[in-house]
Amino acid sequence: MSETTDALLHLPLKALHEELGGKMVPFAGYEMPVQYPMGVMKEHLHCRAAAGLFDVSHMGQVVLKGADPETLALGLESLIPAAVLGLGEGRQRYGLLTNDAGGIRDDLMFANRGDHLFVVVNAACKAADIAHMQDSLPGIEVVEITDRCLLALQGPGAEAALAALAPEVAEMRFMDVRTLSIGGAECWISRSGYTGEDGYEISVQAEEAEALARALLNQEGVAPIGLGARDSLRLEAGLCLYGHDITEDTTPAEAALHWSIQKARRNGGARAGGFPGAEKILAELETGPARLRVGLRPEGRAPMREGVTLFHEDAEVGQITSGAFGPSLQAPVAMGYVPAHLAAAGTALEAELRGKRLPIRVDSLPFIPANFKR
Amino acid sequence: MKFTEEHEWLRPEDDLIVVGITEHAAEQLGDIVFVELPEEGTEVAKDDEVVVIESVKAASDILAPIDGEIVEVNEVLVEDPSKINDDPMGDAWFFKIKPSDPSQMDDYMDEAAYAKFIA
Repeated sequence: MSETTDALLHLPLKALHEELGGKMVPFAGYEMPVQYPMGVMKEHLHCRAAAGLFDVSHMGQVVLKGADPETLALGLESLIPAAVLGLGEGRQRYGLLTNDAGGIRDDLMFANRGDHLFVVVNAACKAADIAHMQDSLPGIEVVEITDRCLLALQGPGAEAALAALAPEVAEMRFMDVRTLSIGGAECWISRSGYTGEDGYEISVQAEEAEALARALLNQEGVAPIGLGARDSLRLEAGLCLYGHDITEDTTPAEAALHWSIQKARRNGGARAGGFPGAEKILAELETGPARLRVGLRPEGRAPMREGVTLFHEDAEVGQITSGAFGPSLQAPVAMGYVPAHLAAAGTALEAELRGKRLPIRVDSLPFIPANFKR
Repeated sequence: MKFTEEHEWLRPEDDLIVVGITEHAAEQLGDIVFVELPEEGTEVAKDDEVVVIESVKAASDILAPIDGEIVEVNEVLVEDPSKINDDPMGDAWFFKIKPSDPSQMDDYMDEAAYAKFIA
């Protein structure tokens, strides 16, 4: 409530959100729909059962170009531990921008789109990320795409809804990217998302975004979904929220994101290291981190949110970094960091809520099995 | 019926006051997922935090609107907090309080004043 609304940036689809009854709130400097009249709980369940349309145009869309594909790939590899070289054209991967201490500056998706790399970064980090890439990648043009919206269509009904407009999307597998024309609009489509469900993310020219959004909302089973449900969906799916579950002070191994560092970039690999914090990050992959991000299930009904302290046998052992009520589980769910020896699923801990120590148990992630089309 | 600026309603019932939250409050809170009620028999003072409710968005406290003794709580809400969104002004009352000073009720708004307050 402390944020004022007058300095906020507006999404190109603001009028559509208002027409749909979206409740607009400040988020990462943008005025964003947190929910529609359906409400967070029903929106969440609708997305898991049918399909949800999210406007995530606040996120940063960045193109790396102006050099040959190998130079582009090796350039990005100098900033992230993921393998970029070897990612096939038309494929996307998850990556982390790291800092010299081995912490995480941001998490991102990058796609090989032939003559360029397309990168999607978090809204709150985008200015810093772009400056960082521009400063660090001489000879590569780092261009922020400011004239395109980003829509996400998520849920088991996403394929049918988007295929009604562009049948080719049914052939795409998880993390495929394609350029397709929908109603004359050039769409950059990936089969990916942030809900744990099958679905697509679609970059489209801002002036063509409203027609696309309306066409999708007209498909059977597609409802608009706000930021509130986006957060509970990603939490149930065990996905990190930057600035909360991962920060400048958490490492890839601590965050259990070791899978985002392919063999070629690890010690003994063809292109080992060469990214900020590599020495610490790669050593930690081998020795194991002292603490780990884990799933947590409070045993009562009370949601336990970010900042709640975790205890084991009266000793403070960690904190919750994300927590909410999980509508699909009809129970509270959380993520947080605990010492590695307390990270096994089933470990009984306590969390302090309103002055009381309550039982909470380590659980494996994701809470809801992913429903991707591999 | 009386209303507080904290969006509670207070309905006299015999010598007790029944307390709940208004339709407006329930809408603002969003889907309610958790309720913690006080123990029956608790003596409370005005503005004590007596009930905790959590919606999908955040935790909120419900304050005792008057001094008195909590004589009955609505346990059904603990099992099914969504009742608060379904019928906040009716079945989904939180507690009944036996006022120690019934004149404290005079401080609160009537329905017309509350309607103006939230407009």
